[in-house]
Formats: sequence, C-alpha cells, structure tokens
Amino acid sequence: MKGGAITRHRTRMGDGRVVEMSTDEIRADIEAGTEDAADKGQIEPLTSDEQDYILELMTAPYRVVAVQPGNEVVLTDDGSAGALYGPQSSSGTGTPVSREQAIRVYERGFCLDTMEVGHPDYSFRPVKPIVPMEQQTIESVLQSTIIPIYYGAMPNLALYYDPDGPFGNPADFLPKAMIKEAREAQVQAAEVCRRDMIYISKKMAEVGADGINFDTTASAGDAEFLATLQTVEELANTTDLSIEVGMASEFVLGMHGELEYQGKRLAGMYPHDQVKMVEAAGAHVFGPAVNTSTRRSSAWNIARAVALTKACSQVATIPVHANVGMGVGGVPMSETPPIDMVTRASVAMVEIARLDGL
Amino acid sequence: MPVAHALASGMGGIRTAGDLVARMQLHRKMRLPQAKEYVAEKLGVGLDQLADEVSMRELREDLDIGVITAVPGAAKGLAAKSRIAKLLDIEIASVERLKEKMR
Repeated sequence: MKGGAITRHRTRMGDGRVVEMSTDEIRADIEAGTEDAADKGQIEPLTSDEQDYILELMTAPYRVVAVQPGNEVVLTDDGSAGALYGPQSSSGTGTPVSREQAIRVYERGFCLDTMEVGHPDYSFRPVKPIVPMEQQTIESVLQSTIIPIYYGAMPNLALYYDPDGPFGNPADFLPKAMIKEAREAQVQAAEVCRRDMIYISKKMAEVGADGINFDTTASAGDAEFLATLQTVEELANTTDLSIEVGMASEFVLGMHGELEYQGKRLAGMYPHDQVKMVEAAGAHVFGPAVNTSTRRSSAWNIARAVALTKACSQVATIPVHANVGMGVGGVPMSETPPIDMVTRASVAMVEIARLDGL
Repeated sequence: MPVAHALASGMGGIRTAGDLVARMQLHRKMRLPQAKEYVAEKLGVGLDQLADEVSMRELREDLDIGVITAVPGAAKGLAAKSRIAKLLDIEIASVERLKEKMR
C-alpha cells in the first residue's frame, strides 16, 4: 500500500487488529522489542542483521511466509486434539470426533511430527481419579500411530488451593500480608501436586507412552516450577519416558519467593535460566514461553520473543521447542490467531533463534 | 494454528522424516542438527532429502516404516514403529511393551 512517498505496510497489533505502519515505524518497533528483551532478561539484543531479517519478514507482501528448505524443525503440540473436539474455552471447533480419531487426523491430515493425548480438563489433578481411562486411550492410540505420542497435562497448582482444592489460597493470604501462611500453603500444595504428577506419569509409562509433556509449567509461580522439576527428576531416574517441560510465561513469578532448586532461586528466572533447571532435572525437551503484549505491534512482540528465545537456545544442551501459540512467541492474543503473523513468528523463531522445534 | 506452523516450518511428520528426527530429540536429547545428521546417515540420504516429501515417500515405502497414504499391507502402527526402532537403533516404549506380551 502506498501513501505519497512513504510505503505503509499491512501488519497487526498484539491483539490481532490490522494496522498500517511505515517501514521506519516497524524498524523502530523491532529495535524497541529487542531492547526490552535485553533489558528485562539481561541478555544480548538481536544483531542488526537479525533485526533486518525480521524487518524483511514483517514487510514482505505475502500472507504466508516459510523457512528456507533444509531449515525445517520438529513440531510438538500441547492440548492438540482438543482443537478439533473441544469447545471455545479450549480454542476448539466442536468437531464431533474422538481423541483417537483426532490424533489420526493430526498425524495423517495435518502431518505433525509428534502428538499427545490429553484430558479435556487438561490438568493433572482431574486426571488422577480417572487415570485408567487415560491409560486405555493412550494405549489405543499407540497401537495405531507411528509418530511419537506424549501424554500431556498442566501442573496447574492453583487447582490445589481453595475453593477448588484443600489448601489455603495464597491469593487470599498475600493481600492480608499473611506471608508465612501463603508460603506454607504453596509448599504443602506443591508436595501433593508432585505426588499426583508422579503417579499419573508412571501410569502412562506402564502402558508405553513415548513421553510426558508438562504444559504451562509455573503458571502459579515458583512453587509449581519446583514441584515440576522434582517430578521430572523422579521420572528421569525411574522410567523410560521422554520428558518435555513447557513453560507458562517468560518469567517465573515469585509467589513464594524463596524456593530453590539445586541451590538456585527459581523466582525471577527467564528462559535462559529456566532451561538450565529443566536440564538439571533430567528433561529431554524444553519449551520456553514469551508473552505477547496486546498493546504493542507484532513487530515488537516477535523481535522481543525471538531475542529471549535465542538466548535460551544458545545455552541449552537439550532440544528447545519454543511455544509459538495464541498469545506467546510473538503470536497475537486472538481466538483465531492470524496466519500471516503465526507464520512470521514461526519463521523468525526458526531462522534466528536456531530452535530445535516449535 | 498447528497447520500454519506445519506449512511454514514443520518437517512434515510421516510424510517425510519428521517423526524420525523427532524420535532422536525425544529419546536421545539430540539437538536438531545432530538429530538430522543421525537420521540421514541411518537412512542413507542427504540432509536435504529429510524434508523432501517426494523422495521420502518412496524411501519410507521401501523401508516399510509407515507411509502417509493408506496402502494396504504396508506397515502401520506398532509394526511400523518396530521397524523404526530397529532402523534408528533406539527403543520405543510401546514396541517394548508388545515384546513383553509376546514372551
């Protein structure tokens, strides 16, 4: 699109709205995004060549962009089959297929490299009472599929707090300055969560699951991260499961503030520190998440997400599969993520951050 | 959205060698370049062929490790995975569980 002497490009904001921006405006946002990442994460900003590459992607006049041949990566997916049979709350389309059927569609129709079985109520706690049903489902899937199959669920420590669970809620204690009570509740809940996650994961190992995917880890903060790391350590030492840990956000919230794993405080960790904890626990794949700001442009968000993820990938010794989904990894926060920005985020992550997968 | 990623950046699963490269990441913690090199060597192909659906379709049928289209008599499910395990020199849990049942 042209307006006088200044070329304006069709692009988007972090909430998915279409906007027009000039080349200089996009360039400025890319620079600002990478500087913000460098400042918050205490990492190196993207180089000028890398920023130029993102500018090239963002100003390309195509709906879809793709990686160069030979640079393709492995795809893992969380929730996955729920996108077909689930309701709006799962970003699902309500297509009436079973999980077994949906996974076959993903393997053969959509050509994903891996898939997972997950309960519609996609957290570990609801699975515990019905674990034989989940075992039966994953066994059935493993008989007929060829691609690796994970069992996936969220640690979701918040389900262990009042009113959903038996422990006091830190969100109730903290506004009343009841710090000791808030910390105790988190530690007690984390211990029960850890036991549940180990129990369920070992049940999946019994029936031959290829792996376990811990999704949105640390959504409730550092206590949840600790419970997950301890679970990973136990599973890595006692089962043949492949273990993936996907994070909830770029920053581990210090809801407790003083919890440590192997001598390192977990609160405040960014992806390049998170991955070292996950490696130390024994996991096989790490999925960093960088949150999208709906107030900023896609150029800003993608540059920022790539900078933080690149820093993680540079220090990792295990495969890194960045979360590039709705509201993370530079993708707009929108119920129907726009394909133009999804593919731009996808390509930028692969070509600059040198990921092992998405 | 997974479809958008699959088109933009994905290896292509059993349409190509995507599942094989994935297994080396999952089972042996290999980073992508190492995983691709390992699989390419086991398959006897160049790196540029791993995501090429035309050459991989033919090779997968020759090796009988599962193909994307529904070919009667071609290895599927556990049969394909047992051949993949042997080809890549890895253990696949569901295949090992089957072996235990067969003893």
